[in-house]
Amino acid sequence: MEFSANPAAARLAAEVRAFLGEHLTDEVRAEMRRTGTFHHAGLHRAMAERGWVEAAIPGAPGGHDPFELAAVFAELELAEAPYHGLATTMIVAGVLSRCASPSLRDSVLPRIVAGEVIVSLGYSEPDSGSDVAAARTRAEPVDEAATAWRINGQKMWTSLANVAQYVLLLTRTDPDAPKHRGLTMFLVPLDADGVSIQPVRTMGDERTNATFYDDVVVGDDHRVGGVHEGWSVMAVALAFERGVVGGALESTALYHHVRRWASASAGPDGRPLLDRPAWREALARARIDNEVSWLLSQRSAWMAASGGLPSVEGSMVKLFATGAYQRAANRFAELAGPSGLLRDGEPGAAAGGAVDRSLRHAPVTTIYGGTSEIQRNNIAERHLGLPRARPSSAPAGGRSGGRQE
Amino acid sequence: MDLALDIDQESARELLRRGLGGLPRPDGSDRPGGVLRRLDELGVWGMAIPEDLGGGGAGLGVLVVAAEEAGRAVLGEPLVEHLVATRALAGHDPSHPELTGCATGATIATFAPCPATGGIAALVPGGARAKVVVALDDDALVAVTAPPPEAAPASHADLPLADRRLGDGSRRVLAEARSAEAAHATAVAEWRTLTAAALVGVADRALEVAVAYVKERHQFGVPVGSFQAVQHGLAELPGSIDGARLLAHEAAWALDGASRSVTGADGAALAAMALLFAADVASSATAACVQYHGGYGYAEEHEAQRLYRHARGTALGGGGLDAVLDELAAAVVAGEVG
Repeated sequence: MEFSANPAAARLAAEVRAFLGEHLTDEVRAEMRRTGTFHHAGLHRAMAERGWVEAAIPGAPGGHDPFELAAVFAELELAEAPYHGLATTMIVAGVLSRCASPSLRDSVLPRIVAGEVIVSLGYSEPDSGSDVAAARTRAEPVDEAATAWRINGQKMWTSLANVAQYVLLLTRTDPDAPKHRGLTMFLVPLDADGVSIQPVRTMGDERTNATFYDDVVVGDDHRVGGVHEGWSVMAVALAFERGVVGGALESTALYHHVRRWASASAGPDGRPLLDRPAWREALARARIDNEVSWLLSQRSAWMAASGGLPSVEGSMVKLFATGAYQRAANRFAELAGPSGLLRDGEPGAAAGGAVDRSLRHAPVTTIYGGTSEIQRNNIAERHLGLPRARPSSAPAGGRSGGRQE
Repeated sequence: MDLALDIDQESARELLRRGLGGLPRPDGSDRPGGVLRRLDELGVWGMAIPEDLGGGGAGLGVLVVAAEEAGRAVLGEPLVEHLVATRALAGHDPSHPELTGCATGATIATFAPCPATGGIAALVPGGARAKVVVALDDDALVAVTAPPPEAAPASHADLPLADRRLGDGSRRVLAEARSAEAAHATAVAEWRTLTAAALVGVADRALEVAVAYVKERHQFGVPVGSFQAVQHGLAELPGSIDGARLLAHEAAWALDGASRSVTGADGAALAAMALLFAADVASSATAACVQYHGGYGYAEEHEAQRLYRHARGTALGGGGLDAVLDELAAAVVAGEVG
């Protein structure tokens, strides 16, 4: 084994760092915290101008290899840049380039590459989260030739829908088929008639959305993948999502904030925090976990670079890294006492408010993008080969509904 | 970054997995010297000694693989300590008369990770087996050759721990003063790295044994491995074990090439991280293995309890982990680890 940085990835990381030093201003950060929207149109366009959006698209000509991609997201994550728009759009761009009709590809991909268009993900619904294949949002053909589709339903956790131009929408087209076989994916313009968006505020600063689809009509050219083949499109999207699009280094960003702050701070008795054994141990343990999270994410990048599909390995990274983030946030908060409760901007806030922020954000990360329980199911079944522990697919449509996890 | 085993690592793994698989019991109840003979045949004892001195000339990258395989097989022999001691002997005293015997396994050497106090190296791992002990005695790194004590004190994992008096027998100085400290620190980092790898082997074997058992054992008419409570306990382990393995390999890579990780840590810090993390992982994996076996897990005839005891024996035989944590923390707060 060999652990030195891939030279192209190291160069790109340095380029991204320099770019963020210039463009990730205090104003951009303040706007992100104020709006709760982890996307900044100006920053995103500036990245697109450098060709990073195009190069991030899986399989794009001149695209980055998975190590370079991992390096880009690592820099964005460590700098706490608003990069979620880049991440979701990149996933969708990968899906479109594999599964969309040529006309849809030609009309949308160039605008994605230019940084003019971002896409949000519309999978979860009020009654289907982990059991995402139980989606009930209906799409029905408007005529026998299915030249267009009428969509009715509701999605939850449609993050960035308030700033995106499209949503990748998972719909049910055959309510009588087993739940995984009656799904179809569409790319729905968010300015279409009948779409409405309501904000959902979260504990972890992020503003997400509930989105409603009321007789929304889209042409058949907006279908992504075959009719009733939405589940295989989901599989493509999840493979990109669990690959290398960030999420493993939140705890590393927290560690850097805390270490810098603690090195200049003293406890109530006047002793420097870094002389205190409990602080020293907490930092050392967090540093170990961060190394492991980083190595596991590099392993996913390496697998993808070697032509593999790091699906179950992606589950391992997410399960470990988000659990480690929670451990670190809780430990630092316990040690910081009341200063760890203060929000950023308040005088005396521990690590400039990063302790409070992580304490609110860490519990989000073991849920979104696939809960830790779903990751464990995935590892148990696909890696350890244990028997499936939950009821499998019954028809999900109509009122009978799919089973909840 | 290339996380595949290279060709030397791959062939060491193949050879040892096959050679140590289905090993006779470490208590030697099948035939005297069974384990030792098998290790001799595989040429494992001489791996760390350069080829011109009669050994296999393996670097740390290959030794990490060997240590993991030895951990899986739960040898009960001080193989990691022998590899570290012979690296030190070959590096600092290549004409040491015992090296030839060490290369074939006729002579066992060991390494004391903790400095001696008052001329006594306390509870040296492998101390009850080894003829040669490499230890830091005040300001000298010494190799002392003397017959090992006849018996080891009874201990948790039945490992051959024993006190060794560094004044007894014949004594050669490998390094003195500052260079002794540096040589000892290097050997400690190597010992931590290889011990971490051995613990990865113990953990990986425990997971394998547990998974096989929960697929086969039926209760309430179904395999116990179909219960989500059991599945989720086991599903925590593969990522942690893989992470521990990568960390041990990263430490070996950094020590072999005097490199820093992309994240900014040097070999010594990575070795400390690797040991601390692998000790936790092996502890959890072997506890899960015992737990999911139910009563059979703690029956003495079962491998589960042996893995459980060896996880702890392997991790703690070289000294308390508090010292390792303190060292790592000092580097972390000094900003030397990234």
